[in-house]
Amino acid sequence: MRKFLTRRAVASAVSLLVLIVMVFFLSRLTGDPTQLYLPVDASLEARENFRNLHGLNDPLIVQFGRYVGDLLTLDFGDSIRKSRPALDVVIEAFKWTLTLALITMVLVSFAAIVFGALAAFNVGGVFDRIATFFSLIGASAPDFWIAIVAIVLFSVNLGWLPTSGTGTLWHWILPIAVLFIRPFGLILQVVRGSMITALSSPYVKTARAKGVRPRPVIFVHALRNGMLPVITVIGDQAAGMLNGAVVVESIFGFPGVGKLMIDSILQRDFAVVLAAIMVTAFAIFLMNILIDIAYAVLDPRIRY
Amino acid sequence: MADIAPVTPAEKGRLRSVLAMLWADKPAFVAAIFLCVVLVCALIGPALLDAVATKQNLRGRNAPPFDLSKGWLLILGGDALGRPLLARIIVAAQNTIAIAAGAVVASMIVGSALGLVAGYSRGRWAQIIPRLADVIMSFPSLLLAVIVLYMLEPSAANIILVLAITRIPVYLRTTRAEVLEVRERMFVQAARVMGASDARIVFRHILPVVLPTLLTIATLDFAFVMLAESSLSFLGIGIQAPEVTWGLMVAQGRPYLTSAWWLSFWPGLAIILTTLSLNLLSNWLRVALDPQQRWRLEMGGRKNG
Amino acid sequence: MADHLLEVRNLSVTFHTVRGPVHAVRNVSWHLDRGEVLAILGESGSGKSVSASAIMDLIDCPPGQITSGELLFEGRDLLKMGREERRDINGKRIAMIFQDPLSHLNPVYTVGWQIEETMVIHGTPRARARAETLALLAKVGIPNPGQSAHKYPHQFSGGQRQRLMIAMALALRPDILIADEPTTALDVTVQAQILDLLEKLQAETGMGLLLITHDLGVVAEVADRVVVMNGGEIVEQGSAAQVYANPQHPYTARLIAAAPGKGEMPPDRAPAPPLLAVSGLCKRYGEFTALEGADFALAEGETLAIVGESGSGKSTLAKCLLRLDEPTGGQALYKGADLFRLSPKDLFRMRRDIQMVFQDPTQSLNPRMSVYDLISEAWVIHPEILPRAQWKARAAGLLAQVGLLPEHMHRYAHQFSGGQRQRIAIARALALEPRVIICDEAVSALDVSIQAQVIELLADLRRRFGLSYIFIAHDLPVVRDFADRVIVMQGGRIVEQGSVRQIFDAPRETYTKNLLAASLDPDPAVQAARREARHAAKVPA
Repeated sequence: MRKFLTRRAVASAVSLLVLIVMVFFLSRLTGDPTQLYLPVDASLEARENFRNLHGLNDPLIVQFGRYVGDLLTLDFGDSIRKSRPALDVVIEAFKWTLTLALITMVLVSFAAIVFGALAAFNVGGVFDRIATFFSLIGASAPDFWIAIVAIVLFSVNLGWLPTSGTGTLWHWILPIAVLFIRPFGLILQVVRGSMITALSSPYVKTARAKGVRPRPVIFVHALRNGMLPVITVIGDQAAGMLNGAVVVESIFGFPGVGKLMIDSILQRDFAVVLAAIMVTAFAIFLMNILIDIAYAVLDPRIRY
Repeated sequence: MADIAPVTPAEKGRLRSVLAMLWADKPAFVAAIFLCVVLVCALIGPALLDAVATKQNLRGRNAPPFDLSKGWLLILGGDALGRPLLARIIVAAQNTIAIAAGAVVASMIVGSALGLVAGYSRGRWAQIIPRLADVIMSFPSLLLAVIVLYMLEPSAANIILVLAITRIPVYLRTTRAEVLEVRERMFVQAARVMGASDARIVFRHILPVVLPTLLTIATLDFAFVMLAESSLSFLGIGIQAPEVTWGLMVAQGRPYLTSAWWLSFWPGLAIILTTLSLNLLSNWLRVALDPQQRWRLEMGGRKNG
Repeated sequence: MADHLLEVRNLSVTFHTVRGPVHAVRNVSWHLDRGEVLAILGESGSGKSVSASAIMDLIDCPPGQITSGELLFEGRDLLKMGREERRDINGKRIAMIFQDPLSHLNPVYTVGWQIEETMVIHGTPRARARAETLALLAKVGIPNPGQSAHKYPHQFSGGQRQRLMIAMALALRPDILIADEPTTALDVTVQAQILDLLEKLQAETGMGLLLITHDLGVVAEVADRVVVMNGGEIVEQGSAAQVYANPQHPYTARLIAAAPGKGEMPPDRAPAPPLLAVSGLCKRYGEFTALEGADFALAEGETLAIVGESGSGKSTLAKCLLRLDEPTGGQALYKGADLFRLSPKDLFRMRRDIQMVFQDPTQSLNPRMSVYDLISEAWVIHPEILPRAQWKARAAGLLAQVGLLPEHMHRYAHQFSGGQRQRIAIARALALEPRVIICDEAVSALDVSIQAQVIELLADLRRRFGLSYIFIAHDLPVVRDFADRVIVMQGGRIVEQGSVRQIFDAPRETYTKNLLAASLDPDPAVQAARREARHAAKVPA
């Protein structure tokens, strides 16, 4: 286990390093950083001051060392927009995203697993056909499009739900519903396929020969075996939600990391952009470890 | 007794048997036809309709759909500048499909090549390459795409590059896992006993077994990449006007949502139908390319045909 | 006549497949009494397992359908009972164990939990079930029941897993135990132990035992009566001894005739100069020694059998000779050159001379290549053998030699039966015109009658081309019929080697003797005599 965690941590450290190098050199080599950090109409003098202040006239390698040194002390610089440490701004937004992702993923996983398992139990039946049809459509739907169609329908025409922002519980419904659809479709498909395999496996035959009732056969005997491929997809989708709620968040004006990213990019708040990427990368790293632990818990044959 | 020749039909013409198998799965058949239509639009659409699609027409501004009085081109309505939506969707198919295809082909070639090396060789590369996939996988991919496209300019080539890089691990991991398994199969051992070279084993014995899985994934991934590109374009950091993709069209229609829903609706529908078709086709491919399962389609086809 | 414990009357089951309805069994009738062992004997596809599946309610509908018949358990028809009632009988009154216990045990739950479950779902309180599980584990001979209950199936050996299945099935002392090929995947000595255990437990509980098998030896060892099935129909039934001694149906007669191990053993050959001389061959995987100090020689035209149980190192030996695995030490002189120290170029040339036929032809033939591609690949790799213009003709000739038709050339492996596939694999090996063919369990996966045909083919090729074989097998009767000399291996070492007559008639080592004793003879009379001898030996102790 320790060896595995070390390997995992090393891989993540390497990827963070690659990320840092990439971000640093992209931001330094593709143009003058003053253009990145300062407003377009800043004076020449202001630019020179900025350069001196941030040591931009030093050799690149010195700048890089300083940059990494700052990152190691968790200093991502200050947000220009909010005049606060960038990390604080990001963590505040991250809490929103995490809550949104967590609620959605719990709902999605539960619904997809139950419906997928039931569909697999009755392959070719009416329920299976309906579930397959809707999951295929769900898996094919672009979330930004669903989001704006939902706004037109439920907020503008029917006036049932708020169009954007936060504040009440009602504000959570549309973002969660929209984020729900695609992962639900994808995960249901995987659950169904994996459960069909599990339900036709020899150990299920044994369970039936023992006189086990259908429901425990599905949910006790087959499900735990069929969950392994499902866990992988759930992990992928959760990772996608941690960084990919960008679209839904910005459409619904939801103050999460995704919206923060887009706003910061548009307003040249580069320190925040960087901090957001680092925080998300770290969260994905933690989640991948959780996924691996889930594997080992579900399947005693897997030991790290 | 059981050792008598089974009665199996002689191999039909390749194309004909593929079509028969496709016919056996009706949804996949419809999906394939729809994808052919999209492909034709993407190939010759801009050449035929570019002039129509870019011609502004003040009288057709936000023209409602299903109104044939302004000509058949406006059957799906007109956009904010009065350009016919139907023509614009057909023209936008080219960029949408080209970008997705570029990203899928690039990531599949690079990913599966790396996966083959990682799975087949027993040397140092077998250790290093999978780590590469770990590294890419631990990036927050969409955020990364956002920032890269923000710092580089959002051209089609850059979008393809970014999307391709984020999708490489999918092919790399699948190929490696399959190769690790196929490499130990007895028919590979049999080829080695006959003295087959590594190249022959990889390309004649391993790759054909792995390829169907890769094609199935690629079809599915095509849908994924298309959605990702649409999201980027929707956010304004993908393709820039006057170039156009379906995602960008949805974004351009957004300010008029309440007054003219069709501006965003139709391009969105085009995206949904295309991804749905790709998903259906991918499901069909999974069965059709598996020799142990193919008979389902072969038999079904005869019964129905 | 409702006195039988279990009676199957006129059972017919049809499976609806896309290729049309398949009549899996037709009008099958048999019965089983308390304290009796009934064997259903048949080859693959005979429908021997179908009636058991029907009794356990394991036939899914669709695609399966019971078109007619009655399944009388204590006089009541199972088919007329509700689902709920049948589930109450399953596991409690009638239990079943399967072939390949590894895949039939749920891999993600502890074995203790799985045995408990049988009792808990039929109403035993959890705590009592737990205590009884430990007693059961001890009874079926699992060491350390307390710890073993918390282990998972993959942590046990093959024989132990079958013991676990038996413990699970017998948890509620059922009236009937159905055993579907319970010992097929096991080594002979382990098979003997499992059969012994089943017999002991049956004597203890007085249950009826229904044994489904393809193995005449198993029938001879344990069955009181036997039902012989072929093509979905019962061709013959009667007492095991009577059916063997006096088969009424031609199919039964053929099956008994095909059983290996009864023919004349080949005479000892005069010593000949070795074609291949192996000395000091070892192979280690890290700490583990798979093979140690193997010395033997193979003469021209000779068949050398290597026998041993799983883990004895016999397959490692084949892999090392073929350089599929690099040996750790030793040498193998072939035509004066050491196989283990060949340059890549010489190794490539050597590939032509030494070929291999694998155990499972389904896996050793590339599923995406036609038969022609499979055979002609030899000439693609070694173009000096044959000019391209003659490939078609030679491939057709090879197919004819192995008993297939030239028009089979354009088909794929999955379109053939198991025996035909093995013929294709042999044709592929012959394409290189080898001197030596290594057969790694080449007939183990085949039905007895097919096995006999393939062995006949191999013997024929030996006569015609003067081939030498290294014949790796775990099945002693086959070896007795086919080999000239035998090497017995155990735990990576050669324990004994000699001519077939020496090994079978006068084994010197205890291990060889045990192996021979555990091997089952198809004749019930012979097995009865052996059992008698065993019991006699046990009693004084």
